[in-house]
This record gives sequence, structure tokens and C-alpha cells, in this order.
Amino acid sequence: MLELLELLEKDSRLTTEEMAIRLGISKEDLEKQIKEYEEQGVIVGYTTMINWEKTEKENVTALIEAKVTPQRLEGFDRVAERIYKFPEVTNCYLMSGGFDLMVIIEGRTLKEVAMFVAHKLAPLESVLSTSTHFVLKKYKEKGRIFSKGETDEREAIFL
Amino acid sequence: MNIQQMIRKNVRDCPPSGIRKYFDLLNEMEDAISLGVGEPDFQTPWNIREAGIYSLERGLTKYSANAGYIELRQEISNYVKRKYNLSYSFDGEILVTVGGSEGIDLALRALTGPGDEVIIPEPSFVAYKGCTIFTGADPVPLSLRQEDRFKLTPELLESAITPKTKVVIIAFPNNPTGAIMTREDLAKIVDVLKDKDIMVISDEIYAELTYGREHVSIAEFPEMRDRTIVVNGFSKAYSMTGWRLGYVLAHKDIIKAMNKIHQYAIMCAPTTSQKAAVEALKNGDDSIRVMRDEYNQRRRIMLNGYRKMGLECFEPEGAFYLFPCIKSTGLSSDEFAERLLKEQRVLVVPGTAFGDCGEGFVRTCYAESAEKLKEALRRMSVFLEQFR
Repeated sequence: MLELLELLEKDSRLTTEEMAIRLGISKEDLEKQIKEYEEQGVIVGYTTMINWEKTEKENVTALIEAKVTPQRLEGFDRVAERIYKFPEVTNCYLMSGGFDLMVIIEGRTLKEVAMFVAHKLAPLESVLSTSTHFVLKKYKEKGRIFSKGETDEREAIFL
Repeated sequence: MNIQQMIRKNVRDCPPSGIRKYFDLLNEMEDAISLGVGEPDFQTPWNIREAGIYSLERGLTKYSANAGYIELRQEISNYVKRKYNLSYSFDGEILVTVGGSEGIDLALRALTGPGDEVIIPEPSFVAYKGCTIFTGADPVPLSLRQEDRFKLTPELLESAITPKTKVVIIAFPNNPTGAIMTREDLAKIVDVLKDKDIMVISDEIYAELTYGREHVSIAEFPEMRDRTIVVNGFSKAYSMTGWRLGYVLAHKDIIKAMNKIHQYAIMCAPTTSQKAAVEALKNGDDSIRVMRDEYNQRRRIMLNGYRKMGLECFEPEGAFYLFPCIKSTGLSSDEFAERLLKEQRVLVVPGTAFGDCGEGFVRTCYAESAEKLKEALRRMSVFLEQFR
């Protein structure tokens, strides 16, 4: 049921009753299916998209390109684990191309993020080099555009 | 000078749209919800819009060939083969038009005139009747029935055919009922028509919007291929209504005839839209799927809502309309629509706007956000309380 997953990804706050109606299946089947997805780790969690810029909370995001030395037997996984276990790291990807790990970090201030890189990330033995890019403005995240959407311009027409 | 007398009689006598008054009422209301427009609420997918912008940047601001850019006709040819198993050559069997509407007008003008009869199964999109009248031919309305799930049946069709019948209009998935015709349904119609000198205008503008099974074109039947003018377009499939772009597929002699009218009346369809349409056909399948899934979910929300409030409604398998029966209220379609709008601020279109046999029904369009639809359902439910 890819449609169920797509629906959940778009709006996980729909009630199971409404989702069942939308998908044309029974509520019981839907709940069973969701439970299975949760157990299989297909559904990893439920979250909310927040535009922190609109709140009083200070928030800064940085993209860090890291070149690392892969470890014997474990490849990049062990290094990545050392890095992604820090709660400041929101995303961590193994990349093809000019560097190895893309690490996305959120912190309260530029300084906080810089200190994290300097004190936690860069000193790791297997981290050869890092390059930090700060996000100035978020336009779109996970398919959501942050600015106000287009309005309904349809006019009264008979057809 | 009596200006009225200067207007051609069959234009003057053609009644204007019956739902103007509702839109006028609607415009005065702050928080009304309109289930009245038959237009997608989605924006045209960005890659398609961007292709239109790019065509302007490149300076493509001139006419195309009358029949449309060759590139677009080739893409249309590929698309209808891939989707509907139809074989039409870009060279002489495809004409790009200003919306499906122009295609309908061209087809009727190329085929019919005074003395001819055009069978129009109703309830139906209003343009067929109007365009038929303007050619001087006689529209012959044919009442479809809810008990047939608003399908065209061979018995009904037979009953309407006379020696004067020149054209039958077949429009599925249907506006306003949402009905579809399966391959088996069409086969029975083919049996009626295959030995007669009657042309079919098959309006398939909603072909991409079917829920549960793929659309079948009557032109796929070999014996019907040369007897059919297929009308299709980009408005509904790709949410491109304002771009005004459609196309017709037909036997080369028919296309040649239609192109004569088209070249004098229109010259060519807008070229920015044509370039955008190329992108739509090449890279639009995913967008269609996303929109179709969303429509399907809304369709189920609405159908479920009607069932809960005790409003009888057959389950449509296409387009984006539900056509509930409102006879249980004791109101006429017109009264129902007017009172629902005034009392609960929800606009629906009386079934009678689509033919006399639409009495007792209203058309509700679910090309609206799920939130709005749910609120509309809540208001309709309150409205219906008084009739219990």
C-alpha cells in the first residue's frame, strides 16, 4: 500500500478513520497495515514540520561535507555511527563524489555549530577534513514550501 | 435598427447558462464553498509551467503549423498509443486545438448542418447541444438513467437513431455524472453503430481520471476507428485549463476538413501552451498519478459523506464529479441548489443544467481540498436535517 505511506508522509495527523475512507479500506485493515509497517521499520516515526524561523527559538542549520577514512571491515558505517549519534546531527548521508559524509547539523547559534565541528567532528581520528556551509534561508524542506502557497485563482465559469 | 433582430435566430434563441444566478449569489458570500466549478484545483505541475516559460525565453512567439508543432503531434501520437492503444499519425491524423472545446465545435461543424440530427446522451456537458444548434443541426437528447449507472446502453441508442442521425456524442468519463464505459459496455454500442453511416464524437477529456480501471476509447475497436473523432486535451489530465489546449484524432479526410475550419477561424493553437504540452506528455505521468490519487481519496470522502447523510448516490468511476439524487428532499434540483446556497452557503449545480433528465440530481465537483469538502459535507448534512 504505497498510497497509505504517501498519505501518511503528507499528513500523519489524519485519523485512522479518515485514512480508511480515503483509501477505501476498512479501519481494521488500515490499523493492521500501519502496525506492520511500524514493526518492519518501514515507518520509522512521526514528526511535524516546523518553520523555526517564525518562532522565538534561535536555530541555525549547517551542511558539513566530511572526508573520512573508511575502516577495515566496517567501511564507512562505523565512522558514520560515531557522527550521527550526536543529537545535534539531524541528517547523515554517505555520498558519492568529492566527499564521503554529508552531515546536517542544527544548533542554536553559529558559534554553537562551529564549536561542535571544531570540538567533536573534526578531531575524530577518521575524519580527514570538513567543510562547513551555513544555511541562510530555508525555502523548501521535505516537499513543503515554507512561503505562502499559490491562491485559488479559479473564476466562475460554466462547464 | 433592432439589434436583436440582427442576431442569427438560433444563436439568439439558445438559452444562456442556467447557473449564472448561482455564481452571482456566490460572489456576494464571504465563506461559501463552491462545488460548482468543473475545474481542477491543482496548479499546473511546475515542470510544465517551466517549459512554457522557457519557450518564451527562447523567443518562440510565432505561429506554429496550423495543425500544431510536429514535435507535439508526435508526442500525442506516442501518448495515445502508449495509453489507449490508438494509432494515429502525426502527419494528417492529429490536429491540435484550442482546448477540447474547439475540437468539439470543429467536429460538429465539419460533419453536421441543417437537416442532420446529433444524438446527445444526457445529462451531459452543455457545449454539445449549443454547438450543435449553432451548426443548424438538431440536437436529439437521449436520457440516460441512474439505474444504468448513467451508461449509454444499446437499447437507448437504437431508440434514438433515425435516418437523419449523423453523429452520436459519446462522452465518458462523463461530466456531470462521473460515469464510465467499460470495454464490454462499448462493445455493445459498437455493435449498434458499426454498419451505419453515423459518426461518433468521443469526448475523452477525462480519460486520465478513472478510478480502479483504465479508460477505454471506442476508437480502439477497429470497426470504429475511422468512424470516430476522438477529442482529448490537457485541461483535466494535467490541470492546464487556462492554457487552452486540446487535440483531435480522426481519419485523415476528417482531419483535413476540420483543419480547414481551424485554419480560418483559429490559425493555430497557442504556441507557449504547445511547448508546455510537449513537456506534459514527456514527463507528466507522475503528476497525473499524484493528482488522480488525490481525486480518488476525495471521491471516497464525498461518497462516504453522502452515504452517511442518507443522500442516494451511485458510485462514479471517473472524472471529478458526484451526481447525488436529491429526490428524497421533495425539492426540485433548482430549489435544492438555491436553498443549499442561501441556507448553508454551499454551491452545487442543479442536474437540470445538463439536460431535462438531470431533474432530481445535483452535480457536485470534488476538485477542492479535502478540508473544504469535509466542511461542505457538514453543511449539507445540516441542510438535509430539515427534510427528515
